[in-house]
Amino acid sequence: MNLKPLLVAAAAAALATSTYAKNLKVGMITTLSGGGAGLGIDVRDGFMLAVEQSGRNDIEVVIEDDQRKPDVAVQLTDKMIQSEKVDVLTGIIWSNLAMAVIPGAVAQGKFYLSPNAGPSPLAGKGCHQNYFNVAWQNDNLHEAAGAHANSSNYSNAFILAPNYPAGKDALSGFKRFYKGDLAGEIYTKLGQTDYASEIAQIRASGADSVYFFLPGGMGISFLKQYADSGVDLPIVGPAFSFDQGILQAVGDAALGVHNTSQWSKDLDNATNAAFVESFQAKYDRLPSLYASQGFDTANLLISAMEAADVSDQDAFRAALKAANFESTRGDFAFGPNHHPIQDIYVREVIKEGDVYTNRIISLGLEDHSDAYAAECKM
Amino acid sequence: MSWVLLIEQTLNGLQFGVMLFLMAAGLTLIFGVMGLINLVHGSLYMIGAFAAAVVAAASGSFLLALAASLAAAAVAGILVEVTVIRKLYDRDHLDQVLATFALILIFSEGTRWVFGSFPLFLDPPDYLSGTVFLPFGIEYSRYRLSLIVIGLAVAAGLFWMIAKTRIGIRIRAGENDREMIGALGVDITLLYTLVFALGAALAGFAGALIGAIQSVQVGMGEPVLILAFVVVVIGGIGSIKGALIGAILVGLTDTLGSFLLPKLFSLILAPSAATSVGSSLASMSIYVLMAGVLLVRPKGLFGGA
Repeated sequence: MNLKPLLVAAAAAALATSTYAKNLKVGMITTLSGGGAGLGIDVRDGFMLAVEQSGRNDIEVVIEDDQRKPDVAVQLTDKMIQSEKVDVLTGIIWSNLAMAVIPGAVAQGKFYLSPNAGPSPLAGKGCHQNYFNVAWQNDNLHEAAGAHANSSNYSNAFILAPNYPAGKDALSGFKRFYKGDLAGEIYTKLGQTDYASEIAQIRASGADSVYFFLPGGMGISFLKQYADSGVDLPIVGPAFSFDQGILQAVGDAALGVHNTSQWSKDLDNATNAAFVESFQAKYDRLPSLYASQGFDTANLLISAMEAADVSDQDAFRAALKAANFESTRGDFAFGPNHHPIQDIYVREVIKEGDVYTNRIISLGLEDHSDAYAAECKM
Repeated sequence: MSWVLLIEQTLNGLQFGVMLFLMAAGLTLIFGVMGLINLVHGSLYMIGAFAAAVVAAASGSFLLALAASLAAAAVAGILVEVTVIRKLYDRDHLDQVLATFALILIFSEGTRWVFGSFPLFLDPPDYLSGTVFLPFGIEYSRYRLSLIVIGLAVAAGLFWMIAKTRIGIRIRAGENDREMIGALGVDITLLYTLVFALGAALAGFAGALIGAIQSVQVGMGEPVLILAFVVVVIGGIGSIKGALIGAILVGLTDTLGSFLLPKLFSLILAPSAATSVGSSLASMSIYVLMAGVLLVRPKGLFGGA
């Protein structure tokens, strides 16, 4: 009789009871209802998949819906900290909610791991040692798009984004890298669904390409109307308008469009292949970049738990900072302001059978950091 | 800026206006005839779009999808009227707002429960996609042109119905004096249900038509609902004519405002500042229009004296 497996199991059990005596409690506040729910649901599902795969039973996740409203998010945060007594907070999708929640949470000694929103103030002057962004700084994908416009030899781009802080970050990120002229620059209303007027202006502008940042439903409307307008200038965009959740609703209109992303389902590494397969098996749909961000966030947290106990804040912080986990993105490291240093790719929308999805066509920016890191004094 | 662009933008404004009219017509009739503030109208718009998307996906026919949107929204409207709204006619407006707001939440989460949070696919049919060339070298979307024609045809049909048919006479009578037409033996309960179903069907129809060029998703109705209320206030409560004029005014103001104001400011400001100031002012423009109309005519353009 071979006793070895039994001994290993017993040792592992002993280790588990000694090292992981204390449970870690995570408060996830994300958008699960209303117009932006698709993003929050993907982050949640990705996160929970990683927790489940880790096989650990010492992680407790409390999930609440912020309804995309800053006031609700703030209330929920107070509840999480005061009555749930969570150790780590995560989940927020939208930058305006992040600005309302994160500074207060980290000031109360909690860790915040952002799975999506990366507003510029929190990457620069407002950075904090307990705040880690596992997705990107808001400007990143737009900067890569600007660089891609250069390498595609576009010299007269027409750019548009919604008139709100992340929209302005988007266009300034694009312009930071784009070297050509602008045929036009438009700020649309947030939540606008009809782009006939903007498309008419694009037609009349003499532009040679179009760059737009219109996340969620806004992007669906724009693309469908653009395809129907007879304007056939090439389009470049960030991944947010071409993620897995909305491509099926856009349909043929998105085919062939180039977009920039830090993740793609065909990224060639073992972690990602396993992630895509298991996500599809569990939820019966393809993961989006938001799902990959949720998955990475949970794995980062788990890697830190393996190295340190959350009650020892300094050790736990150092373990987070080390980012010693297998990311779906391949290489992943934190910069001095706790924002990712990562490759950003250019993807193309394709059709695989009946399903619209993306594939990588080139590397946009390598080991890209953000423009605000220098302002961060931690 | 060329004339061609200006004409194209005017057409865009007109198209936006006639679609708003489909929403506002039902809203103004329901408010005019029953005195009911109906926030659930936006949900009926959403129901129409979802019904159309489902039927289009199953059958591949856009016309069948439009028919489904009319039917689904009308049925939902009748159900809502019979089960909830009917009990609210004698209550004050605050109760109505509360109850119909609750219905918005129920419909939104119910739709999410059935269809999920991800948007559905609905496209214009092939015979309406692409562009047409109008005189003076204007290239314009065939689908949007069809929307203008359909919208104006529905408006003409509504005018004819209100002015010439027996049901139209009853609706007008109901607006003026609902106790009296009840006393004259008209079945007022049935009339209310009919008007509600008509308004609901129009909203659902608009949802399907617009859903084909926008996105069919939960919560798509509420922004349109707000604009439709602006139209009703500008046009005058209960007036179909007011709803049409108001809708076209709002459509033109919104489209031309967001197009011309940034250009106007670029004459005196730096380009990026002009875009920013111009777009901010443009998003206010229809509310400025509403305030202006109310200053001169507190009951709206065609509101009762």
